[in-house]
This record gives sequence, C-alpha cells and structure tokens, in this order.
Amino acid sequence: MLDTNAFDLRKYLQGNGQSVGVWIALVAMILFGALRYDNFTGAYNISSFLNYNSMFIAISLGMCFVIMTGGIDLSVGSVVAFTSVCVAYLSPYGIQVALPGGILAGMAIGALNAFFVIKMRIPPFIATLATMLGAKGGALVISGRQTISVDWGSNFTKFGMGNVGGLLPWSIIVVMVLAVGLWVVLEKTSIGRTVEAIGGGEDATRMMGLPVDRAKAFVYILSGGCAGLAGVILASGFGAGQPLEGVGWELSAIASVVVGGTLLTGGLGSVPATVAGALLLGLVFNILNFENGRGVISFSAYWQMVVRGMFLFVVILLQSRFSRAAAKQGA
Amino acid sequence: MTDQAQTPSPQSRSLAMNGFDWKRLSRHGGLIALALLLLINILITPNFLQLQTLFVNISQVATIAIVAVGMTLVIATAGIDLSVGAVMAVAGALAPLIFLSDFAQANPSLGLALSIAVPILVALVCGLFNGVLVAYLGVQPIIATLIFFISGRGIAQVLTNGNLQTFSHPGFSYIGTGKILGLPFQGWLVLVIAVVFWWVVNRTMFGRRILAVGGNEKAARLTGTPVRRVKIGVYVISAGLSGIAGLIVVAINSASDAARIGNLMELDAIAAAVVGGTLLMGGKAPIFGAILGAIIIQLVKYTLLANGVADEVALIAKAGIIVLAVYVQQGRKE
Repeated sequence: MLDTNAFDLRKYLQGNGQSVGVWIALVAMILFGALRYDNFTGAYNISSFLNYNSMFIAISLGMCFVIMTGGIDLSVGSVVAFTSVCVAYLSPYGIQVALPGGILAGMAIGALNAFFVIKMRIPPFIATLATMLGAKGGALVISGRQTISVDWGSNFTKFGMGNVGGLLPWSIIVVMVLAVGLWVVLEKTSIGRTVEAIGGGEDATRMMGLPVDRAKAFVYILSGGCAGLAGVILASGFGAGQPLEGVGWELSAIASVVVGGTLLTGGLGSVPATVAGALLLGLVFNILNFENGRGVISFSAYWQMVVRGMFLFVVILLQSRFSRAAAKQGA
Repeated sequence: MTDQAQTPSPQSRSLAMNGFDWKRLSRHGGLIALALLLLINILITPNFLQLQTLFVNISQVATIAIVAVGMTLVIATAGIDLSVGAVMAVAGALAPLIFLSDFAQANPSLGLALSIAVPILVALVCGLFNGVLVAYLGVQPIIATLIFFISGRGIAQVLTNGNLQTFSHPGFSYIGTGKILGLPFQGWLVLVIAVVFWWVVNRTMFGRRILAVGGNEKAARLTGTPVRRVKIGVYVISAGLSGIAGLIVVAINSASDAARIGNLMELDAIAAAVVGGTLLMGGKAPIFGAILGAIIIQLVKYTLLANGVADEVALIAKAGIIVLAVYVQQGRKE
C-alpha cells in the first residue's frame, strides 16, 4: 500500500507541474486579449466562446480518459458529425429526447471501438481510424450528403443557443457538470484508478486483478458519449446536422489533453488541466480571430488546420522536455 | 467439441477451428482474396474483362501501391505514418503552382523539372520532420505524424488559397497518363519502386537494420544499429514516395484540389500494408505483399464503384476491410 501511495504522490506532483503552467498561460492570454481588444471581455464574445468551445472540452474529456489508458480515439470528429445528423432528425421531439439520443448514438460507436480494441485486439488507432471512416460514411448515408436542418419549433435549439444571464450558455453548464463528474470518477472511484493503472502498465494491472477490459470499455464508450454530446451541441447551436463537420477535431482534442499534462504514453492525467488545455487552444483561435478583425493578419479558414498542428507540435516539444526533466529528477 | 459452440476469442480461435489449418489460410489470405475478388468481378461487373478496365485499375492502384511501399517500411520499424495523404496534398498543390508560374512558362523544360523536383524535396523535408520527432524527441509515431496529417493539408490549402487548379500541360501529365509499351507509365514506376525497395529490404544493410529496429529496438541499439538514423530514413522515404504519388494524382486529373489529393490515403496504405502481411508491431517488410494489398484495396473500390455502390457506403466497406485484415493478422501472430 505504501508503494502505491508514494507513486500517486509523485504522479500528482508531476502532473501538477505542467497544469500550473497551463493555468498561467490561460490567465496570461486572457489578460493579453482583454487589454488588446475592445470587445474581448464583452458578453457576446464570452458566451459564444464558451458555447463553441464546450464541444471541444467535451471531446477532450473523453480523449483524456482514452489516452490515460495508453489508447487513442481518432473517431471523435466523425462521431460529432454523425451524431449531429442523428439529433437533427430527433429534434422535433425536443431536447429531452435528442440529448440522450445523441449521447447514446455516440456511445454506440464508442462501444464498437471498445469491441474492436478489447475483443478483437485491434490497435486503438487502427480501430478508431476505421470507425472514423465508418462514422463519416454513416453520417453521409443517413443525411444523403446534405446539411440537415433541425426543427426550430421544438425546444431543441434552446440548448445550443440559449444561455443563463446572457453569459453562460447551457452547453458549457452541461459540459462543466460532466467535467466535475468525470473528475470525481477519475480521482475517487475504482474504475478511475484502474484507468490510471492501465496506462502505467496494462499487463501489471491485469495481474493485480483489476478489471482492465471493463475500464477500457468504459473509456471508449465515454469518449463516444462525449463526442455525442458535442454533436448535440453542434446541431443545436448551429441549427443543423452537419455531416462534413468535425474534420481535424480529434487533433484539437489530443492537443488539449496533452497540453493539460496527460502523458501520451498513458497513466498520468488530469481532468481540470484538460479543460484548461481545451480553453487555451480555443483562446488561441479566438485571439487569432480578433487579430484578423483588426486586419493585422489575414487568417483564412485553412490556417485553422495549420495552427492546430503547430499548437500540437509546440506542446509536444514542451512535453518531451518536461518529461525528460522529470525523468532526470527521478533518476 | 464443445469448443466450437463458444464465441471464438482471439486466443481460442485456432482451437475453435478444429481440423482446419487457419494459419495456412491466413498466410495466403491475400492471394485468396484477390482470386475471389477477380471471380466476383468477372461474374457481376459489366465489361470487367477488358483492357480498358485493366488500364483504369493500374493507373489508380499506382498511387496506393507507391505510398504502401513507404508505409510498409515505416510499419516495419514498428512505426506508422498518418501524414502520407497530407504530404501528397502538399506535393500535389505545389507542382501546378510551379509549372504555371511565369518563370516556368518562360523556361518550359527547367520549369517542368522543378515542378517535379521541388514538391518531392518538400515532401522529403516533411518526412525529415516526422522522423526527427519520432527518433530524437521520442514522440509516438501516431502523434508525430498526426501533426502533418492535419496541418499538412491546411498548408496545401493555404498555398493554393483553397482554389482548384486546373491545367493543360502535356509534359507534366505524362506521369499520370503516359504509356510505355502500352501500359500506363505509373504502373512501370510502381514496378521499379517495388523492385528497388525489395532489393533495399532484402539485400542491403539499411534493410536489415529496418527489420532489426522493428523486431527488437533495444537489441538493435545494443548491437550498434543506428536506430535513430534508420527511423528518420524510413519516414523520409515514406514521405518522398507520398510526394511522388501526389504528383501522379494531380497529373491523372489535370487538376489539383488540395482538399482532395490523397484524402484518406493513409488508410488505404495501412490497409494495403496489413493485407500484404506487414505486422503492425514491426519486424517484417513484405514489399510485394504491400503491392498485392494495394491491388486488393483498389479492386474492392472498383468493384463497389462499378456496381453503383455510393462512395459513402464504400467508406464503410473499407473500414470493415481494415478491421478484418488486422484481425486476421492478429490471429497469425499467435
């Protein structure tokens, strides 16, 4: 028991080292934006920023758990597109049907990932690359390659467009509740401990008698469900199911998770830092958009992809330095 | 024989298939699949047994096969290269920019040479970037190449401002539409590339080192294999071949659309390599297997297309094939 405790403490300190950095970067960028741009702290920017990024926080949370087990989920972007189309069809029944429906649709694809990875023992990136294709194909098939308009008569769009006090969108509230819930799951429950243990060493975890397969099934289904939630937010916030959306979102999610200090080799992970990581990446785009508005730089939509890649690159550079420093300290 | 009633888990599968040499079947799975596909096509696809069909398939399989050869080398070191499609897009976007420029119009032959050399050079640099990330920074190959997987296509779109570039340039188009001895140029190119890399893998020190790194990296390092250089080498080769494939796609279409060149090529290439018998854990590099895999993937595509199956359904079918191929391979490993 003593050993496990000591191990946890070191992991906690290591994890905290980087997550403190993320929070500092986040505060610095908010200060920068607030001082440089007039409407940066305006209610409109804050609420639309939170609404848009609630989707990225959701998929990053699921991705965080998958990566902690040493896996990866490349299907999230396609799952967002797929579920956004599904819920567009469900929208006449109202958000009370569409929300659970969308999450379930995402979880179903997550379950397929889990089946491929656990039962068929297909490497996670191949399995989820295949479901990425499959979900994309599925989204195109059921939508007939069209954007599917939602039913504006029901309360469906209130979820993605409404907010509390003109500032806090419903979507971010739901995602934050999810984040807190997952934080508790990771830190306080046996399944959370198992997830962390798997990343440290799957065979060892199995030998200790922990339910490895169940925990892995949990993370893939969770990731699918989170992407499903993001799909609901997308359809509800933009008033349409969009079969072609979500391209490259998996990269954003991975980058957010990594910037939050989760090691890509698994084991180490933090829910709050992942949220901070997602917000940080969102802020980069937000600030670039403001710069664009000032006419200083011309920032076409194509740059988004490049910026995402560069962001991940910088994070990886920092992390490889960081983990080397940590290894040196440990030695 | 109660075993047979149970759902076969991967461990028990070979037992479950009692009296049946599953291993031998999966070893020749590629050839059997090819034979089945040909048979099905002869039976159901209209006008399948015609030269035109052969030409179409050769000209389209070339890009998959070329990229799959590079992918096979990368996977042989236990790596993966998700960036191949994006590198194709970068190379494919660059070429028309060069030969349509004023400079190339003024110096046609130099322009043509540059429009082939520069994109391939840029592709090689992309591969160097991937290789350095993997070999020197210790980033997992999936993540390292994921950077270009997304941003590479973005770069290609930024280069062309997202525009479709159409052109009429007989010199450049030769690499996509030219014929030697009646067969498409790129078919011959595939043959040359396959023979060269078969030779590299089986007859050179570099090839032996690739297999050593993939077989057991630690042992390879201890026995003095320059692991880092070998890894960088395979990513550079993979990217270079992707660059060539990108040029071929553009030449076939006489048009360059950065959003579409090489889209989802990483999946085709991985699938071709896996179907061809490359182990995802590394240590094997069956070059001609990868070519066979590419032919199978192309034939599946063609079969679906020629029989009026929609693109998006074909996507789902392809996903199924990849999962199945890796699954069968997992069985072979045991």
